[in-house]
Amino acid sequence: MQGLFDIFDIYLLEAVINGILLGGVLALLALGLNLIFGVIDVTWICYAELVMIGMYGMYFLVQYYGLWYFIAAPLTILLVAALGALLHYLVIAPLLTAPPINQLLATGGVLFVLQSFATVAFGIDFRNLGIRLPVLALGEMNFSYARLLSFAAALLGMVAVYLFMTRTFTGTAIRAISQDRQIMALMGVDAKRIYLITSAIGGALAGLAACLLVLQYDVHPFVGLSFGPITFLICVLGGLGNFIGGFIAAFVFAEIIALGGLFSDLEWGYVFAFGFFIVMMFIRPAGLLARRR
Amino acid sequence: MTSATLGWLVALAALIALPFVYREPYHLHILVLILIWSFAYTSWSMMGRFGLVSLGHGGFMGIGAYVTALLWNNFGLTPWLGIPIAMLAAGMLAIVVGYPCFRFRITGHYFVLVTLALSGIVLQVITATRDYTGGSLGYTPQRTSSGNHLLALQFDDKTTWYLVALCIWLVGLLIWHLVDRSMNRYALEAISEDEDAAAAAGVNVTAEKLKITLVSALMTALAGALYTQYQMFISPDTVSGIAVSLQMVFAAIVGGLYVSLGPTVGAVITILLAETLRIAFGTGAVGWDNLIYGILLVLFIIFLPQGILGSLVERLKMRRQPSLKA
Repeated sequence: MQGLFDIFDIYLLEAVINGILLGGVLALLALGLNLIFGVIDVTWICYAELVMIGMYGMYFLVQYYGLWYFIAAPLTILLVAALGALLHYLVIAPLLTAPPINQLLATGGVLFVLQSFATVAFGIDFRNLGIRLPVLALGEMNFSYARLLSFAAALLGMVAVYLFMTRTFTGTAIRAISQDRQIMALMGVDAKRIYLITSAIGGALAGLAACLLVLQYDVHPFVGLSFGPITFLICVLGGLGNFIGGFIAAFVFAEIIALGGLFSDLEWGYVFAFGFFIVMMFIRPAGLLARRR
Repeated sequence: MTSATLGWLVALAALIALPFVYREPYHLHILVLILIWSFAYTSWSMMGRFGLVSLGHGGFMGIGAYVTALLWNNFGLTPWLGIPIAMLAAGMLAIVVGYPCFRFRITGHYFVLVTLALSGIVLQVITATRDYTGGSLGYTPQRTSSGNHLLALQFDDKTTWYLVALCIWLVGLLIWHLVDRSMNRYALEAISEDEDAAAAAGVNVTAEKLKITLVSALMTALAGALYTQYQMFISPDTVSGIAVSLQMVFAAIVGGLYVSLGPTVGAVITILLAETLRIAFGTGAVGWDNLIYGILLVLFIIFLPQGILGSLVERLKMRRQPSLKA
């Protein structure tokens, strides 16, 4: 009986730690989405599809062109960053003065475009990098290096964004513009340029997430649907545009998914997470850390 | 009787007479699909036209479809009872999610994302309970012996289905016009302009929003159930989830969500587009239809946010009353 209890505990601990590792990547995605929302006041419904395109980018660079993973990764990040900027330039910029709902729906259209572009161009097969990283055994718990690496890289990415936002002029301008759109133009900041840069950074974060996720998951055109919705929920739960709230919410959700997955199927983990979200909307409708307006 | 009313009556008579004159099964099949989806898109636009953009309607449709089919297969409950139960379930869900949203003034982006979560949940629950629902492989209501079966709501011939779908579609338009004529419409329009001002003017914001959400959810569930009975096969991807929600938004916007026939025009365009592509490219068309949808959706929102029919109606009005021109 005692032995059974020990085993159960080990699994629980393993699930908790895996949840934290998953939370890192989710926090990275939430950061990108929050950044774009905070600065441009737009929600990219298609954010997870940018990640999907990035995962395909990694797949082709590594599998077809035989590039080393660590050379392919920066290329992919650049590619998705460019895609983010392009998305802003083509779709969001003409709609900046339109009702917010229209902007959101337009990115919904982009979601369709990216998904079906991937279907048409790459087919619906599941593909993976073919890189199998070893598994780290710690006591009786097993953690894959892929997850550890993702977690570390996600944290590094977030620190890099933090430093950029606080230590550079452009970063300061981005933060300023998210506080007051009208005044910043008078202060000599080119809002259009800042928007474009922000979109590129948001894209780059999606690219980084793609490089990390492709280590753990197979890529297919609909892979975005498996973590896109959860990213939106994290952002809403943390309070849209609230970076710290998003960070905390990412780990809360990751734990729910990991623990729910431990006790039953992975889908139930997601169902619990969604249910938790709706309950939280009753209790804290404006997000975890929000002050009541 | 004005000439306009007469025109509508003639059009209606022509629509009713159509299947008795013209019996090509494939074309009738397309028409039935158009009518059912038009009804679904109309129910979405009920809310959408008042700025309540929901991506949760995939969830309501999924509930309508699966509850009806599950009750039929497991308990032998006739769809005549199963459909109301399914609608009730969807309506309850709409209230459970809608009430806190409206009570706590979750609007705009937040509302979209909360409802997005809703359709996500329904999709995941259907997939997770694969022991009962067949998961992503889909689900088939049990067929009764061949031929028409009124109690099981299963009909073999397209003519009957065409008339059923036409009837439901007309009911949808009727509900639209009832809402259009009611005081609630003015209240909801005021709310979509400015919630605070509307509340200050004595509009019960929460109740008004909840009412229209409930109507919309009930209609969407009915559309889902009807689709199940007609197609006799459902899968999580075709009746629930975010893709279906976005499809509704897309069709409503393309057609124009501020005019009663807008969603119908949207359904005609999207379904004809998908079918044309399917015939032209065969299985090679997988993905192309959505690619074109997506591009069109983006272009429409940028250049023609009122939709095709909406813009036409607007232009006609302008021509009749040039003084309206801003």
